[in-house]
Amino acid sequence: MVCICVNSNWRKRNVKIAVCIKQVPGTTAVEVDPATGTLKRDGVESKLNPCDLYAIETALRLKEKYKASVTAVTMGPPQAAAVLRESFMMGVDEGVLVSDRKFAGADVLSTARTLSQALTVCGPFDLVICGRQTTDGDTSQVGSETAELLKVPHVCNVTKIFSVDDRSISAAAVMPRCLMKFRMELPALITVDESIAEPRLPSYKLKLATADRKIRVLTLADLPDREESHYGQSGSPTRVIRVFPPEHDVKKERWEGSGQETAARLFDLLDAGKYLQNPR
Amino acid sequence: MSGIFIDQDRATPELRAKAVKLCPFGAIEVGGDGRISISAGCRMCRACIKALPEIFRLEEVKAPQVDKSKWQGIAVAAELAGKGELHPVSIELLGKARELAAKIDGKVTVFLAGFETGNAADELLAYGADRVAVYDQKELEHFRIEPHTAALEDFLLYVRPAVLLVGGTSTGRQLAPSAAARFRTGLTADCTVLDIKPNTDLEQIRPAFGGNIMAHINTPNHRPQFATVRYKIFPFPERVGHPSGVKEFRTLPPEKLRSAITVEQIEPLPVEKGIEEAAVIVAAGKGVRRREDLAMLRELAEALHGQLAGSRCVIEAGWLDHKHQIGLSGRTVAPKLIICCGISGSVQFAAGMKGSEKIVAINTDPDAPIFKIAHIGIVGDIYEVIPALLERIRAKGVL
Repeated sequence: MVCICVNSNWRKRNVKIAVCIKQVPGTTAVEVDPATGTLKRDGVESKLNPCDLYAIETALRLKEKYKASVTAVTMGPPQAAAVLRESFMMGVDEGVLVSDRKFAGADVLSTARTLSQALTVCGPFDLVICGRQTTDGDTSQVGSETAELLKVPHVCNVTKIFSVDDRSISAAAVMPRCLMKFRMELPALITVDESIAEPRLPSYKLKLATADRKIRVLTLADLPDREESHYGQSGSPTRVIRVFPPEHDVKKERWEGSGQETAARLFDLLDAGKYLQNPR
Repeated sequence: MSGIFIDQDRATPELRAKAVKLCPFGAIEVGGDGRISISAGCRMCRACIKALPEIFRLEEVKAPQVDKSKWQGIAVAAELAGKGELHPVSIELLGKARELAAKIDGKVTVFLAGFETGNAADELLAYGADRVAVYDQKELEHFRIEPHTAALEDFLLYVRPAVLLVGGTSTGRQLAPSAAARFRTGLTADCTVLDIKPNTDLEQIRPAFGGNIMAHINTPNHRPQFATVRYKIFPFPERVGHPSGVKEFRTLPPEKLRSAITVEQIEPLPVEKGIEEAAVIVAAGKGVRRREDLAMLRELAEALHGQLAGSRCVIEAGWLDHKHQIGLSGRTVAPKLIICCGISGSVQFAAGMKGSEKIVAINTDPDAPIFKIAHIGIVGDIYEVIPALLERIRAKGVL
């Protein structure tokens, strides 16, 4: 595994930031075809994963404060270039689309491997920023696996960044019962909590200014590890055996009537269940 | 190498047109030369293989097989929620681990890492762990990814379990993926159902696409198999009568304890009872018209000694803190009683509360999906039912 190397030149230099983003279905309203057991997703629109907006915003604030450069990286089909365009409209400098049919069917490990390889090719980066989770897979674990494969430290759920220099980041993250203020040596990866900053809206001016900006496309042939069996479904240890709709099998009672009537029945139920005991 | 093989010779123009339409991800294309191709949009959902087997075939070349006999038993990564105090999800997972281990005639081993772990290991034995491996070192005091992953790696190589269960907490969601990536093995997040086959393959079921579908997942050729499970998904088990397990202490060498992360300050967050802990929850949804109207629901929650929570729209409106959000993108709750007020009951909301013992739903729409999971469905307006209910409660003198 290739590692992102720290620039050995210790003089002050601009920090390079990568943001990992994803195109997700515009809605999670998908159905399972009962006959074939496969997904029905007719004409579903796509959008930028909402949590990634916060990752982009975090990177852009660092860019403004420290003259950092920001590269957005996404893995997906050719249409996923749309989310890179959207990131340009917010102020991201460069876009990288990691796209190859051989990446199809990737699980968490296989996705993290593809991303980490791509980040190695278009890096080295000082700081990689990811959103908390995606709305389609919602595992919230690709960021951590990517950090491990890049062999860099990481902290999740970052809520505030105090400072960044070319060697370290000083920030705060929410842990189960505390707020941890820490300093982490770079290169490193963070995932950000939505409380970190309010994302800006895309700018029409930037849309015009970046309309012709080239998007760099990386395929399997461009990655350091070209072994096909490490990617896509072949490189995924997990297998989806089947998908099925969630079951609803509860004994149900239906109460209809005036507000007074149903309130009276509900009161009796709560009273009988001893929910209305006064401890005070 | 596995992938979808396309038999171009058997593709008639009709079948080609059908093929393009059937892909739910629009990844099947027909080029100018009339050849079918699959783009990077493919998710390997295999819809094409099922619908048009005459053209699409799954080609799976056998990879070298892992020796499953070398990975035995079930392991649980316990989590400390404070000095010597276990996070309850650890005990829940221990209960599930015992159930799984019994099916394969295996042992349950628990991983415990921290500093001044006190009697946490004994507590794990009291809930039936066969063995607890304790890593108690100063460097493990705060959760930092490198030393904690190193400790878990040491544990997994030492114990060699078939399965590792990790709590889906904020730190578990960092530790599990880091270690899974190090072992280049499979990780299934947020499982809601777990079972095990005689060959020790873990049967994992988890919601996907916001809970609109459930996915059944295996890790057929990699060990150990990692699964994370959220708090309150599995029941809290009983203590065992006579604990017979053993604990042992393991020590990591200094080079494994190094971290690029320096903890500068720990600020305890105000210990508020999370909605996961509440025995009673009153949940607000889109049917609540104004922020001020939450007051009546809060009053009801207080009368029932419970907590007020909300569905996604209430949190997105900024009326409640996101810690009070129920659902896949919020918290999973399983209280004794939940009263859903004006909540339509999206699948993503239902996924976060359907383990509740008694579900009462009040909604004006008789066809609202919430009624599919509610034990008591009240077709009515919360603006009529709740004030009338509060009046009766006040008359009883509870409020």
